[in-house]
Amino acid sequence: MTVKYSKDHEWVKVDGDIATIGITNHAQEQLGDVVFVELPAVGKKVEKDSEGAVVESVKAASEVYVPVSGEVVEVNSELEGDPAMVNRDAEGGAWFMKVKLSDPSELDGLMDKAAYDKFTA
Amino acid sequence: MSDSANKRTALYDEHVKFGARMVPFAGYEMPVQYPTGILTEHNWTRENAGLFDVSHMGQCMITGQDFDTVARAMETIVPADILGLGPHQQRYSQLLSEDGGTLDDLMITRHAEDGMLYVVVNAGRKDHDYGWIGNHLPRGVSLRTLDGLSLVALQGPKAEEVIAKHAPQLQTLKFMHYADAELSGIRAQVSRSGYTGEDGFEISVSNNDAVKLWNLLLSDPLVKPVGLGARDSLRLEGGLCLYGHELDETISPVEADLMWSISKRRRAEGGFIGAARVQKELAEGPSRKRVGIKPEGRAPARDGTIITGMGGREIGSVTSGGFGPTVGGPVAMGYVETQSSAPGTKIQLIVRDKPMPAEIVKLPFVPNRFKR
Repeated sequence: MTVKYSKDHEWVKVDGDIATIGITNHAQEQLGDVVFVELPAVGKKVEKDSEGAVVESVKAASEVYVPVSGEVVEVNSELEGDPAMVNRDAEGGAWFMKVKLSDPSELDGLMDKAAYDKFTA
Repeated sequence: MSDSANKRTALYDEHVKFGARMVPFAGYEMPVQYPTGILTEHNWTRENAGLFDVSHMGQCMITGQDFDTVARAMETIVPADILGLGPHQQRYSQLLSEDGGTLDDLMITRHAEDGMLYVVVNAGRKDHDYGWIGNHLPRGVSLRTLDGLSLVALQGPKAEEVIAKHAPQLQTLKFMHYADAELSGIRAQVSRSGYTGEDGFEISVSNNDAVKLWNLLLSDPLVKPVGLGARDSLRLEGGLCLYGHELDETISPVEADLMWSISKRRRAEGGFIGAARVQKELAEGPSRKRVGIKPEGRAPARDGTIITGMGGREIGSVTSGGFGPTVGGPVAMGYVETQSSAPGTKIQLIVRDKPMPAEIVKLPFVPNRFKR
């Protein structure tokens, strides 16, 4: 399973034509304590780099951009009741949504782990 | 994020040592949070004692030949009762423009030494305020900035216990009063006041002693450093105004529901800059009012959010909004038309183009625990 990273600090884990998307550990560190998450509706069509979700810390609201195009097939509704999971497990249990890819070639434009670490260094 | 043009307080190195995230704020590099995070710092202050560096704020002294002279001079500039200040007593007030809008809010203390008023203004407004006050003082009364002083705030229910270990006499210091004190040998001017809704102290100390005092207070296990992030969530839950949000040059103290800070004598007599509007709004009622807002869902409504009535008509906007850690949910303050300002009024907040149900509530969200 490949994991890719966007310049907007999302991670994308690809399994077949399904991409699981969340925010990176670096992003949650920058945000601080997460107190609210708003997820898209299942079935929503999303375009690459469009606003897919909202994550709010005590201080501010931030958009979560979807780094790939497709259709939202599942969301992690656990986050609505436990937004702090984003701080505890950003790149694991605290995924935001699963998107059925409409153009897998978009993944080529994203960074791999080494490139992302360099990007945030 | 840092900007070399920003100034640093005497405690800058201490913040960095503690791993603070430094951000530009009002021309200074200030700690927005330490590694534990805003929620922990907020809750610590509500339960124990939080230590804040607020040295970016403007400290100055207004001096004249005697108290009566400086008090009369100051009463032409602010609406508070200054002549009625007892020795060592402190009051909250505002600087108003000619048309009654708010130019800043400030604290004014009658100093032990005759003919001296100690004044603290907001960091982002100090250059403006020094000029404004200076230009409106009569001959023989002058303003002197106190750039050699730092300011730290020790806030929370354990603040008294902590400070008493270094200066036992401060235990009996009354709310909105100050005393000159030595904290384990460090000379300071200590007032019982703050900006968190909790009991606490604000301690003015020489820049040369600031680090020593900071570390002395932090050596107490009841004390942790707290950044500007939690300062904001604490004051929001406490229903306290932040200049640039609840107060600006269009907003009068009547609209801001600050009439408690203007005495009966001063309301009747006027004689301060901006009095005409204040007196008119007192007589006729203001057209809008500052209110507390409790969103029904979990989503915070931020500064600038439009407020509508249940029918969708715009009736105001949010001036501060976020998550209240003690409340355990979103909280906000804002301005609405007076006829929609009664607690219990149902309203809608337009968050990301969607109406979100909310209710006007009484302020503060968390009861103030000042030592009266």
